[in-house]
Amino acid sequence: MFKYLLVTLLLIGFSSQAKVIHQERSLYRNILVEETGDLRCLKFDEKARKSSQSCIYKSNPQKLVFNYTKLTFASLLLIDNPKNVLIIGLGGGTLSNVISELYPDAMIENVEIDPAVIKVARDYFAFKENDKVTSKVQDGRIFIKRAAIQQAKYDWIILDAFNGDYIPEHLLTKEFFAEVKSVLADGGVVAANTFSSSKLYEHESATYEAVFGDFINVSTEKNSNRIILAGFNKFPSPVQLAQRIEKLTPLLAPYRVDIKAVSEGMISTKDNKDWPSDTKVLTDQYSPANLLNF
Amino acid sequence: MTLKTNALIYFLAFSSGFSIMGIELLGGRILAPFFGSSVHIWGSIITVFMLSLSFGYLLGGKLSIRQPSLTKYGLIFLVASIMVLPIALFAQPIMAYIFSHIEDSRYGSLLASTALFFVPTIILGMISPYSVRLLVTDSEHSGQVAGGLYFVSTLGSALGTIITSFYMVLAFDVNTIILGFATTLGLLGLLAIGVNQLANKEKHNV
Repeated sequence: MFKYLLVTLLLIGFSSQAKVIHQERSLYRNILVEETGDLRCLKFDEKARKSSQSCIYKSNPQKLVFNYTKLTFASLLLIDNPKNVLIIGLGGGTLSNVISELYPDAMIENVEIDPAVIKVARDYFAFKENDKVTSKVQDGRIFIKRAAIQQAKYDWIILDAFNGDYIPEHLLTKEFFAEVKSVLADGGVVAANTFSSSKLYEHESATYEAVFGDFINVSTEKNSNRIILAGFNKFPSPVQLAQRIEKLTPLLAPYRVDIKAVSEGMISTKDNKDWPSDTKVLTDQYSPANLLNF
Repeated sequence: MTLKTNALIYFLAFSSGFSIMGIELLGGRILAPFFGSSVHIWGSIITVFMLSLSFGYLLGGKLSIRQPSLTKYGLIFLVASIMVLPIALFAQPIMAYIFSHIEDSRYGSLLASTALFFVPTIILGMISPYSVRLLVTDSEHSGQVAGGLYFVSTLGSALGTIITSFYMVLAFDVNTIILGFATTLGLLGLLAIGVNQLANKEKHNV
């Protein structure tokens, strides 16, 4: 809900100049591409204009706009050189583009339920595809179930299918996370862009813990998104962490990711369980996520 | 039919309308883990429910011709109750089998909806025409009786939809709700049969 505070403020400041450059109704939603000065944003639904899905600076598309996108790169403090990346929920394709630039040899599979979103990402957000970077129109749950049958493995799985107003409830259950875990390579990591407020926070935390055990919350601003990092083998030692930060700092600088600051926002749930121990785990049988999210 | 048994028939028709839509709504929840939550999932579910209801109406009408009784009416509920059970008991293996054999989630979800919901919804569809047969006494009031019955059963459907989606999914597991519907239908069937037996006994005694 309080996702993109910075951009909201920016938009209030420049709202008179906001200009819709593309609009279409897809099977699932209204898609808007809006420009405010240098900022170009992808939005779902006219009414909820504050919740942008993805934004770029036209003058410098490398520079990441959203804090949550930057926080996602905390994953790289837990793994070395990802080779197979799976992204559920494309948005503007920003994550895919950055990861592909960072690791040109990595295979990146993007899964997006809405074909119109893929088209808009290509046309307006410079989403790049090649023989290493692909996109597929499919429900994330089905994709992962089929990948599990084919025994595919990914070392970096990014779950980014929630759009703030609506949660696909079958993507927030114990059974789904178990399927995700089954396609996670040994030593890999799952990064999920999730909610930091509302009653759902507790249920979501309990559900992640039920499948992955202790996980890491990454959050640097109050009331912003949190990124959950789960499924990794063990938390790196301070020395290892320092080495990775040093290595990543110059690599991530062009994207305006201050990986040191991000690393300071990482809190393991090991000694910091901030939800009641009797919180109900969400399952395929019990998943009223949208009813709990307020 | 006395006034009391008429009230019972209306109440049973209401309950069957409630159960039909409650189950249909949960269908989306049941299919999602295997077939996703795209628009075509609802296409599959609604198609199967409409199709099986239409067959149910035909069959129920046909069945009502020969010696209609409250006992037979109750038996329809009992059969429906039993046919609803597999939705809770066997949905997982059935969907897993279909998922591994059909790549396209449109046809996968259509087949899964058919396997899970076709038979129980046919049985539930038989209830409306059979109720009309039990309630109608003369042709002059037949339209009014049918109208009243549609009113009651569709009102049940509306309430079944909203209560299931707003409150029951927050309080219970999907399977618990399905089993709750099955139990309710079964008990109502027994109630109808029991009432009929009592009424018959009284008739003999007079």
